[in-house]
Amino acid sequence: MNKTKTYELRLYVAGQTAKSLAAFANLQRVCETHLAGQYRIEVIDLVKTPQLAAGDQILAVPTLVRRLPHPIKKIIGDLSNEERVLVGLDVQPVNE
Amino acid sequence: MKPKRRSESASTLPKAPTGITGLDEITGGGLPAGRPTLVCGSAGCGKTMLAVEFLVRGAVEFGEPGVFMMFEENAAELTANVRSLGFELDKLVKQKKIALDHVHIERSEIEETGEYDLEGLFIRLGHAIDSIGAKRVVLDTVEALFAGLPNHGILRAELRRLFRWLKDRGMTAVITGEKGEASITRYGLEEYVADCVITLDHRVTEQISTRRLRVLKYRGSAHGTNEYPFLIGERGFSLLPITSLRLDHAAPAERLSTGIARLDEMLGGQGVFRGSSVHVSGSQGTGKTSIGAKFADAACRRGERALIFAYEESSAQIVRNMRSIGIDLAPWLEKGLLLIHASRPALSGLEQHLVAMHDTVKAFRPAVVVVDPISNLTLEHSETEVMPTLMRLIDFLKQQQITSLFTSLTTGGSGTSAPEDSQVGVSSLMDTWLLLRNVEFNGERNRLIYVLKSRGMAHSNQVREFVLSDAGIDLVDVYLGADRVLTGTARVAQAAHERSAAELRREDHERKLRQLAAKRKAIEAQIAALNAEGEAEAAEVKFAIAQETLQEKTTQQNSAAMAQLRGGGKGGNAPKKGPR
Repeated sequence: MNKTKTYELRLYVAGQTAKSLAAFANLQRVCETHLAGQYRIEVIDLVKTPQLAAGDQILAVPTLVRRLPHPIKKIIGDLSNEERVLVGLDVQPVNE
Repeated sequence: MKPKRRSESASTLPKAPTGITGLDEITGGGLPAGRPTLVCGSAGCGKTMLAVEFLVRGAVEFGEPGVFMMFEENAAELTANVRSLGFELDKLVKQKKIALDHVHIERSEIEETGEYDLEGLFIRLGHAIDSIGAKRVVLDTVEALFAGLPNHGILRAELRRLFRWLKDRGMTAVITGEKGEASITRYGLEEYVADCVITLDHRVTEQISTRRLRVLKYRGSAHGTNEYPFLIGERGFSLLPITSLRLDHAAPAERLSTGIARLDEMLGGQGVFRGSSVHVSGSQGTGKTSIGAKFADAACRRGERALIFAYEESSAQIVRNMRSIGIDLAPWLEKGLLLIHASRPALSGLEQHLVAMHDTVKAFRPAVVVVDPISNLTLEHSETEVMPTLMRLIDFLKQQQITSLFTSLTTGGSGTSAPEDSQVGVSSLMDTWLLLRNVEFNGERNRLIYVLKSRGMAHSNQVREFVLSDAGIDLVDVYLGADRVLTGTARVAQAAHERSAAELRREDHERKLRQLAAKRKAIEAQIAALNAEGEAEAAEVKFAIAQETLQEKTTQQNSAAMAQLRGGGKGGNAPKKGPR
């Protein structure tokens, strides 16, 4: 994929649950590994801002939304499976 | 099923009224308050409509705002769909009485990895509830999630939690579900929602569809277990609560004219009771519709509203045809006093018709209802089906104090069949039964009317001829001949005949009187003559006597003179000699 692309990611969580924390940690790891410098992560805690849930059609938590590049993609779960996260984000894994 | 006492059920289980016609009656007050209710049925059976109405009526009529969470349609679609039923969701949303939330999951844009839960759904729902202070929640149709989320294990666990959560928050919830093949719902939602289950059904029998509702289960409350036909009409959901109706309607003593003076006369002189039911039966062309139209016309003349359900003719046709017998319905239609609801009997099933009638009556609030004819409604139904449904209608009308007139076509056709054959078994429900018959005699066919029964009033036992003319409807006394009643021209001829006979009799009497007078005069003359004769005779006799006396005197004088002349010796024995 084009390396100049910026990935705008939004992680929806509901409070500081184990799943939320795991998801955030997993996401950071994947991004650092494969999208170093091309990503921006915004974490939204729905417990604090519930009105934001409807906008991105959030149902499950944690949900990772790839807002950019288009089209919008969603990955639900704690992002523990790196391979699936990459598929979901449509990111070519960096082979180390 | 027996009707429940509302107070009793209310004390056992709090209920949230739905405001849906009939549903509150069969559930004894509404859905279980603060608990979820499952509404299931196949596609297109009206689940969403029921849910929407539950929510809208809750918000508008009972001050309980509600959240509508939809999983299939989006908010704009739903708003458009229910606008036809008179529900303005957008307005209610602005007034913060209803919150809409469209939950949409596209399987293709979702990747699943690792542990998750549906807390997002809870948060959204919670947020919506809090934003308007909702008391009611609708989830329509939560099963769509099964298609969107691959992990059914998680989904099921979360749904269980969701329903529990709704209960804990005290939400009266309606959860809709698709009908399953083997189970009540396709994904077995009934496992989680166990308090109240309502099934909707949309069946087609003999090409006519009927919607039906049944309360399958209602934990902690008595409920009607029958299948109740319902209709999604212009004013929303409408259910006909058949057996919940009680036989306790008031019976006003007020009387109502039928519009035909002579008919009123036959009915104790004052017409029928307000709120009673009148049945007019007869074969083809006996004037049933005309009586119905006159009845409606009379109501309009009194300034009351009349509603005609026409199942044979269109509104325009009725107006035109009735004008020909001097009944002008057009002004009443214009004034809005009269409503003619014309439809084909085959348009829908009997129950649907009745629900439609129910609805129209509730909306129009007439004082008088004419159904012309009920027999058409019953063409494709067996009597066992027709009886209870008509009973419902009649009871309903009675409860509303609406005077009703039903016409029905007798199957016999000719006037020879017994009138009792023709009925759809409704006669026992009717308070007044007028029977129209055709009589064929003397080369013409005439209409006869009589009152077969009329509860609670003295009514005529006589047959009248029913005459339709340009001048309107009239009832005329018939002539009873030796072996038959005379009608039509025969009646007119008979009347003429009787008139001339009377004339003759009168003349005859006069002649006799004249004769008598003449005779008396003759006798008097005779008496005078006899008197005169008598007097004449008396005078003659007197004269004769006088003459004889004189003669005798003369004779005596003569004899005395002769004796003197003869010398008197023998003279003593000499016989007297008279002149005669």
